[in-house]
Amino acid sequence: MNRVSFLLGRLLQMVVVLWVVATLLFLIFRLMPGNPLVAYIDTNFTAEMQQTLLRQFGLDRPLHVQYAIYLGNLVRGEFGRSFFSREPVSQVMWQVLPNTLVLTLSALLLAYVVGVLGGALLAARRGSWTEAWGIPAVLATRAAPEFWVGMLALAVFSFTLNWFPSFGATSPGSVYPNWWAKVVSWDFLRHLTLPVLTLALYLQGLPTLLMRSTMLEVMDEDFITFCRMRGLPERTILLRHAARNALLPVVTAFALGIGYSIGGNVIIETVFSWPGLGRTLVRAVAAKDYPVAQAAFFLIACVMIAMNFVADLLYTMLDPRVSHEQQ
Amino acid sequence: MSSSERAAALPQWTRATSTWRDALLVTWAVARRDRFALAGLVIYGVLLVVALAAPVVAPYNPQDLNYRPDGEVAADEVPSLPHWLGTTNLGRDIFSQVLFGARAALVVGFVAAFGVVVLGTLVGLFAGYYSGWVDTLLMRLADVAFGIPFLPMAIVLVAFLGPSIWNTVLVMILLLWRDTGRVIRAQVLSLRTRSYVEAARVLGASHLRTMFVHIAPNVLPLSFLYGSLAVGWAILTEATISFLGFGDPNVISWGFMLQDAYNSQAMARHAFYWFVPPGLCIMLAVMAGFFIGRGYEELLFPRLRRR
Repeated sequence: MNRVSFLLGRLLQMVVVLWVVATLLFLIFRLMPGNPLVAYIDTNFTAEMQQTLLRQFGLDRPLHVQYAIYLGNLVRGEFGRSFFSREPVSQVMWQVLPNTLVLTLSALLLAYVVGVLGGALLAARRGSWTEAWGIPAVLATRAAPEFWVGMLALAVFSFTLNWFPSFGATSPGSVYPNWWAKVVSWDFLRHLTLPVLTLALYLQGLPTLLMRSTMLEVMDEDFITFCRMRGLPERTILLRHAARNALLPVVTAFALGIGYSIGGNVIIETVFSWPGLGRTLVRAVAAKDYPVAQAAFFLIACVMIAMNFVADLLYTMLDPRVSHEQQ
Repeated sequence: MSSSERAAALPQWTRATSTWRDALLVTWAVARRDRFALAGLVIYGVLLVVALAAPVVAPYNPQDLNYRPDGEVAADEVPSLPHWLGTTNLGRDIFSQVLFGARAALVVGFVAAFGVVVLGTLVGLFAGYYSGWVDTLLMRLADVAFGIPFLPMAIVLVAFLGPSIWNTVLVMILLLWRDTGRVIRAQVLSLRTRSYVEAARVLGASHLRTMFVHIAPNVLPLSFLYGSLAVGWAILTEATISFLGFGDPNVISWGFMLQDAYNSQAMARHAFYWFVPPGLCIMLAVMAGFFIGRGYEELLFPRLRRR
């Protein structure tokens, strides 16, 4: 099996997984307590709106027809209307998705820069005091509940020192001409700091440990011995030769990390009241706003599954040694 | 090292273990040779003792409202001799809640880890042993389980099934068997071709007997490795689900305590004595799982220990 057909196979698998997830969602929300119509129609909607939704989702038709209509609507990004804001769900998603992406990507970038450097350092100082304390310390950051670290950060930096605001993405009442103006504003960045630092503290554990172990593996290889024989300084060997070759699994993990942390963002966004996808999901589930919950979940699943695919793609393209021969 | 490489590295020493009893002895050996693993076991030991002794040791019922001598509700008290860690905004004793929280953590952690490992090991055994369509079916199921975002799915399912501690455990078992399943399968694939397995088949052992008597003991250390990690993850996950407001409202867990503190603005009131202890407990319990897991890993994969 060559590379192209391997990737095509993975692409097909990705679509199948998405389809299974969508089907699970369909079943769960149809089985939710109460009338099956509750998945889309709130009794407070106007009669006219109820009729429109009824037709749009085929809720008066048999279940298998509903399922077909449901899949068709998903493909077109049609999720119905929020029970609360009455807005189309897709509009709600467009409002929160950018916030989640900004938060996740900046935290991941920070985490991976720190993690790669820290992991390389731990590998270089193998057997030293730094390593003896460094590894348990990294494990501690992975064991500490994210929401608890967030609460500590809020208690110390927001409520005691007053350095950062304690909730939201912008101060109440602030208006910006466009999205970019908002994102680069001082106010937004101040709101972003604590969530990003808390998330990055949690996320750096994986790249740190991964970088360390692959560095140690690479350091055993012949070309490093050859570098030593050439008399290159240890620093050059570590940074120019070992670290560069150890980066591959870390790059792959980065793509996976985008997917996983978007799923895990429900925690950080809830603690810091960050108006993103995860918090929207938590609030929608708690408030039984089923259309919004369904859409938020589906979007998170899409990002995650797509990123799993990207990781495979990167892995195949970056390392010529990876082969997909049929065994 | 990828999981399949690990599995390939394993058999050199596992060949000696052929019974369940031996497998358990190997497990025991981990604690004696690694001080981190020992620390992990000590933490679990303390957790067990506290959980069992909580009703005796705790000075108050964790759900009871406490009153001052003048009859007022003892709300928002700072730490004092009668209330070592102060009281909540409703006048509940925080120290007693921390002690009782160990019970929820222990039950959730061990029951969920046991379920995850049993399910994962069974899937791995069947997929690896039978290969063919059984393998394809089970591994595609694992792919789907990997494609489902864990926390969002847990929230939706718990909201759907109703907030109870057993639903939380059930959701974890349903979604987290995937890692154990894949690793065990890789290991079984290599064990299946061993001569002693073939010998057992030639001597007329049934498929089930070969699987459970001859192969299973050799994958058991790996199951224990994933089990010890799963205990920590389960405690952390239960805490997270409780914190997000989908936990069992009738069970005092550390996650429930943190949600309580968060919702009643304990951070704004600088009530560190309220929200620091439960978080520390969760962290220690999860680290204990990591440490024991590391101990196993070094025993199972000596190549790592050299480093």
